[in-house]
Amino acid sequence: MPIEVRIPTILRTYTGGEKAVDANGGTLSALIDDLEASHPGLADRLLENGDLRRFVNVYINDEDVRFIGGLGAELADGDQVVILPAVAGGAGDQVEPAAS
Amino acid sequence: MLKLDQATYDAIVAHAKRDHPDEACGIVAGAEGSDVPARHVPMINAAGSPTFYEFDSTELLALYKEMWAKDEEPVVIYHSHTATEAYPSRTDIGLANEPGAHYVLVSTREHGNSEGPVEFRSYRIIDGVVTEEDVSISA
Repeated sequence: MPIEVRIPTILRTYTGGEKAVDANGGTLSALIDDLEASHPGLADRLLENGDLRRFVNVYINDEDVRFIGGLGAELADGDQVVILPAVAGGAGDQVEPAAS
Repeated sequence: MLKLDQATYDAIVAHAKRDHPDEACGIVAGAEGSDVPARHVPMINAAGSPTFYEFDSTELLALYKEMWAKDEEPVVIYHSHTATEAYPSRTDIGLANEPGAHYVLVSTREHGNSEGPVEFRSYRIIDGVVTEEDVSISA
């Protein structure tokens, strides 16, 4: 059973409009490689300098991956992955770290 | 054009005034494809800052899951600027990731937490291009 990945509106240009796609991988990193193979260009929207982009949130079974190992977070068949861009902004010209 | 009912408008303005001098943020959800803002959801600014806002990542997921369950989408995404005009900053433009949403900015710079008018403006932000639109408030 593959892993279902929920794709946000802004990235559906890479998935032919699909809201969710299936992918495989034992870690988040491997999953993103597999996504990239099927949907070229997607990885660049998720990664920057070899890490997850600051304003892209990825959840595995409702857990923010930043708290469970980031790109190394482990995945098993049947897991659910959600990708959501941060909702953020503000008057300043420089972004600030979240208080949490 | 953004069409908004008076009660939702008032609630957004009250939220912005309450959180001043920090930026307030939230959404108004509506049925997918309807372009009708129907359900106001004030969010906590996890950055707790006068110059930046960010939805808490756990609350963000909960919010989207609730919208998916109800076949809703974010029709309006709003936040306040507390010392500058109600116009999208470079940061706002760079981080605007909902091409279908009306981005509302409220400026509380004139009256802060007190009574008094605010600037309340709405924009489309698509691929880094900002287009202001009229706001129509109805009963």
